[in-house]
Amino acid sequence: MILRLHAFWGEQGCLILQPYDMRMGAGTFHTATTLRALGPEPWNAAFVQPCRRPTDGRYGENPNRLQHYYQYQVILKPSPENLQELYLQSLVEIGIDPLVHDIRFVEDDWESPTLGAWGLGWEVWCDGMEVTQFTYFQQMGGFDCRPVAGELTYGLERLAMYIQGVDNVYDLAFNAPRGNRPGVTYGEVFLENEKQMSKWNFEVADTDSLFEGFRRAEEECRRSLDANVPIAAYEQAIEASHLFNLLQARGVISVQERASYMARVRDLARGSCEAYMAKFKDEWAVKYPEWAA
Amino acid sequence: MSTADFLLELRCEEIPARMQAGARADLEKLFRKELEAAGLKAGAITVWSTPRRLALIARDLPLATDAVSEEVKGPRTSAPEQALEGFLRKTGLSKDQLTERDGVWFAITEKPGRATEDVLAAAIPAIIRAFPWPKSQRWGAASIATDALRWVRPLSGIVAILGEDLVECEVGGIRSGYATAGHRFHHHGEITIGGAHDYADKLRACHVIVDHAEREGIVREQAKAAAAAAGLVLVEDEGLVIENAGLTEWPVPLLGRFDEAFLDVPPEVIQLTARVNQKYFICVESSSPSLLGEGDRPQDGGGAPPSDAAASATSPSKLGEDRKLANAFVCTANIAATDGGAAIVDGNRKVLAARLSDARFFWEQDKKKPLVEHAEKLGRITFHEKLGTVAQRQDRFVALVDAFQGQLADAVPAAKQAAAILKADLVTEMVGEFPELQGLMGGYYARAESLPDAVVAAVRDHYKPVGQADALPDEDAAVLTALVDKVDALVGFFGADLKPTGSKDPFALRRAALGVIRLVTEKGLRLALGQLFDASAQLYRQQGVEMESPSSDLLSFIADRLKVQQREAGVRHDLIDAVFALGGEDDLVRLLARVHALQAFVGTEDGTNLLAGYKRAANILKKEEANDQTAGAHGEGVVPPTGEEDPLVLVDDPAFKDIAAQFAHPERTLSYQPEPAEAALIAALDAAEPQASDAVAAEDFTAAMAALASLRAPIDAFFDQVTVNDADANKRASRLGILSRFRAAVHKVADFSRIEG
Repeated sequence: MILRLHAFWGEQGCLILQPYDMRMGAGTFHTATTLRALGPEPWNAAFVQPCRRPTDGRYGENPNRLQHYYQYQVILKPSPENLQELYLQSLVEIGIDPLVHDIRFVEDDWESPTLGAWGLGWEVWCDGMEVTQFTYFQQMGGFDCRPVAGELTYGLERLAMYIQGVDNVYDLAFNAPRGNRPGVTYGEVFLENEKQMSKWNFEVADTDSLFEGFRRAEEECRRSLDANVPIAAYEQAIEASHLFNLLQARGVISVQERASYMARVRDLARGSCEAYMAKFKDEWAVKYPEWAA
Repeated sequence: MSTADFLLELRCEEIPARMQAGARADLEKLFRKELEAAGLKAGAITVWSTPRRLALIARDLPLATDAVSEEVKGPRTSAPEQALEGFLRKTGLSKDQLTERDGVWFAITEKPGRATEDVLAAAIPAIIRAFPWPKSQRWGAASIATDALRWVRPLSGIVAILGEDLVECEVGGIRSGYATAGHRFHHHGEITIGGAHDYADKLRACHVIVDHAEREGIVREQAKAAAAAAGLVLVEDEGLVIENAGLTEWPVPLLGRFDEAFLDVPPEVIQLTARVNQKYFICVESSSPSLLGEGDRPQDGGGAPPSDAAASATSPSKLGEDRKLANAFVCTANIAATDGGAAIVDGNRKVLAARLSDARFFWEQDKKKPLVEHAEKLGRITFHEKLGTVAQRQDRFVALVDAFQGQLADAVPAAKQAAAILKADLVTEMVGEFPELQGLMGGYYARAESLPDAVVAAVRDHYKPVGQADALPDEDAAVLTALVDKVDALVGFFGADLKPTGSKDPFALRRAALGVIRLVTEKGLRLALGQLFDASAQLYRQQGVEMESPSSDLLSFIADRLKVQQREAGVRHDLIDAVFALGGEDDLVRLLARVHALQAFVGTEDGTNLLAGYKRAANILKKEEANDQTAGAHGEGVVPPTGEEDPLVLVDDPAFKDIAAQFAHPERTLSYQPEPAEAALIAALDAAEPQASDAVAAEDFTAAMAALASLRAPIDAFFDQVTVNDADANKRASRLGILSRFRAAVHKVADFSRIEG
């Protein structure tokens, strides 16, 4: 499925990138999305991103929820006129016939308070199941996206469950049986991981060092900004965001504190985006006079 | 003049269903405005919407605007040459083109009519740019510029045809044309539209039903039919009809079944899961004794035609205990699937099953602990930072319920038991997931742990009534919990000075006040609200929350809400004021009885005349009292009256009291022979005063009004025949005293100075 998506989006002129090697809550955090959505330069990329959402852990007991799963991300800047058609073609490529299955674009506006980002779009339903988030970015890091990028986020496990017709994510076939060697299931690969990581996220993780890590990431982000290395600063924003998610899972952040932690992460992300813009502003202004206007 | 029909289609990526009704109205409004500005009149205008297009058809549009003659006044013919030259420059005319009239130059220009096509070519881009979407976006390469076009989602095409001619226009790089698109999956390639006459039919041939009302009809009828075919009855839901019609261009309702085992979960949870998350209809067994009839439409969607009602304003029919939920749902597909919909139904079944298993997981988890145990967590939930935790709230509920006596005394034990767990469901998993089920879930969990029926009802129904249309609780215990919940909130927020201001009412206190009013008046509860508020404030203080009892503030807030609420019942607000102004009345049942009697009385001839007599007396006294105050003010520092205060206050004023006291029984102290009308009024007062007092004490307000009515003839005669302002100071003072007595007698019933007219 991933190979077919790669082939399809590669055909459409997307760079096929690799996952970012940091823990993050969504593919949108990948620098190929966040930072590249800024500024006027065209950018088309597709990649798989493993995502960690500590609070979604269910100790492997829920057939649909995982604290670790995979997203397939496509980012196209500027958003092409036929983005919806391209997306629907990609579904056909992975085996979904739109005259058998009911594909629908249902209003769902996207917002990431920790990234200072928002956009308009839909969740795409396939027979009532949300399989993709489809967004036209309007702002990133508090800056207007000029031009607007289109972002597609496919939920890979969900699509696979759909295509394989299984009700439980752990029953997914990871590969086909070969000869008399049986196939391997998603559960055989990941169930133990889900159990242990759910326990660590909710019960074991040392909150003092998480708090300390959060403070260090903040500090390191500032230092990086001072040194004018905004990509490094942004990595610290990613780190802080994940540590905040872990602290939430540990239940040590109260409702009142929650907003202030989110604002702190947002400040880091914004600061990084601002520095990134500042670094390239002059270069962009020369190449894209209508952007500078 | 010849006319033609005009077709406009604005095609874009999927418009959110909830915005389509508003968009249709806005399109028509903006279009009419443009026509009006150009002086054009159309016949009927029709607007349609699908998720992917807004369409407008204007019938019988004239092909050109009327010619108009414009006249501009210039300088006098006698004016200097320079003035004329300036005028010619301004108008761009030469002297021989001007017209002279009465010694003044006029420039008259005949403006020929404009071609309607040109008017429309300018109007369409203007409409698109001015379109007031609730949320709009930029897109594509053009969005590099700051002033890029905005639309609800990317705009992809414009069809604009007048008669059979293209209206050429362009906006944001999109040029108008004859071509549009059919159904996303059933039709590939472009469709060429001839004009308004073939638009809907050509689209229909390409699997697009452009008329939203027709699609709504299909969803409404076919969903019902699908349920009937399965031997079930659809739970009608106009909000879902509109939403599903707004999500589809070719709606196909399909019935599916889910695992019967999920029916253990409360039906409201299933309904909510299906409706909110998946936009499915649900069904009930047709063998249910009470079925949904045609008239069983959602309450708040009742008046307006369904297609005009916003989706959010129409709520589903309520499930009742007498209607057994079936393990079936109806989803609405957007395609006529090649396999007849089997795969779609199966896919949707799985999604619903996943959601229901989550819900069942919550239900089972929550039931593992009794509500009392859940309630322990409320100590960690803040009610409001100034007002402590929800656990403290519950403690106050218990104490406040305990203080109830009289009418609801029998319900106190059950209500107390409920009060201690009233908010426990807020910390259950289910209410965490579906906040709108608060109260209802508490009731289910209370039943699951076999609490008495009255306790179950008192937990379940304590949020009632939510607004003017919502039903009141049936059980007495629930009336009590509903009342204390609202009183506690009102007293808390008023005590902490967090009153509603203007349109801001973040704690829904107006609704709480209306709830109190409805509970008290419709259940006929005899209670002194002021004391209840004081008791509630006392409970806050005992928990360490500093506050004065906001009782008097709250009573006037309640009075205001009462006036608004009673207006619909035709009760005059000034009469409510007239009774409230007497002060001390906080028994709303008694207050309304008095207001009703008063309204009946002021509608009679006696009432009208008595009011006139009262006003005359009050004016005379007011003037007199003002003089008296001014006189008394010398050296005594008495604040002079402003003319706005309650006349009764003045009656109690020491400066005036002597005079009043002296003449309290004029027949004993009169030093002169009273005139007959004067004596008659005294006699009438002697009779009416105790009658009115007794009647008020007995709460027989009709009798109190009758006592007042007996004063009408004597007061009229008094004013006809007796001079108050007599030269004899003694007589004058005595007569003022009689008027004062008359006014006081009227005030036993109501403060007539507040009555208008």
